[in-house]
Amino acid sequence: MEFGLNQFKEFITEYAQRLEELKSTLNELDNRIGDGDHGTNMARGFQVANQQLQAKNPTDIGTACNTVAMALLGNVGGASGPLYGTIFMKLASVFKEKLSVDDEMLLNGFLFAKNGIIERGKAQYGDKTMLDVWETATSFLQSNVGTNRYRDLMTVVQEAVLETRDRVAKKGRAAYLGPRSAGTCDPGSVSSGLFFEVFVRALDGEGAIIRWETLVL
Amino acid sequence: MGNTSIVIVSHSKKLAEGLLQIASQMAGQSVHIGIAAGIGDELGTSAPAIVDEIMKCPLESPILLFFDLGSALMNCQMALEILPDDIAERVTIVDAPLVEGIISASVSASLGQTNLDVINAAMEAYQIRKILD
Repeated sequence: MEFGLNQFKEFITEYAQRLEELKSTLNELDNRIGDGDHGTNMARGFQVANQQLQAKNPTDIGTACNTVAMALLGNVGGASGPLYGTIFMKLASVFKEKLSVDDEMLLNGFLFAKNGIIERGKAQYGDKTMLDVWETATSFLQSNVGTNRYRDLMTVVQEAVLETRDRVAKKGRAAYLGPRSAGTCDPGSVSSGLFFEVFVRALDGEGAIIRWETLVL
Repeated sequence: MGNTSIVIVSHSKKLAEGLLQIASQMAGQSVHIGIAAGIGDELGTSAPAIVDEIMKCPLESPILLFFDLGSALMNCQMALEILPDDIAERVTIVDAPLVEGIISASVSASLGQTNLDVINAAMEAYQIRKILD
């Protein structure tokens, strides 16, 4: 499958909308185990990113990814600013000057992004962070080929998000809570699950909308 | 190479301004101290804001970044990746307690000590006992 510049722009527009819809859900999760602003931060960051994409109208996907990264770094205050900023900086390095990217390059971009998250946040799989979702998604795409893999990816990602609920946080503000962090889904994992939900829809136009608000609360 | 410069990276603008006030009182005018703190009126740190403060430091001076909590470190690291190499190589992110570290560093820098001495002074602040019994 091919993922073009216009699909990338639609992806950012829809991700910003979905974050706005799920803002209170993400804030509520973050309230329970963090500082309560994950939804507000992410919605604001991607709203600015979307506006800057429209205003600057970049002509290749790499430049578009860089525009998004800089918008996030300047407008998202918590850990999600540098972490999501890193994701888009890594994607920019793989998609440099590309008008369109294929499956292999997409996977490469996601692997770079995942490794960037590890370097930046020093988290490991199972620490109850967004890495839990990125690790699951990238290893699924690495070991599954075929046309239905993106549809199946959604099921795998959804499970990965829900699996963070019972884990004890080892990183970030939630780690201060120790065992009391168990019982609440990690908000960064939910926003990453949403990332893949919106990405699959932008890619093939058909992925389902996941009712995160009823699943994760 | 001039005196070591200092940039305070904090989630809170008020916290950074208070530290700047205390450090300036100790160090006088001979040390450049900048702050990259808050996002607008809200709590948070931002890599572009840190980059801007680093660019305001005197040319060729070594620069030390002091940060408060977790994600402030991530933004310091991102700032170094965004900066051109010749500027980034003048910058060190210091693992030190924020209040005592900044005060030790600004005093050491104001005495014209080497950058390494300033860094050591800041890191040694972890060992300073406040209550001696």
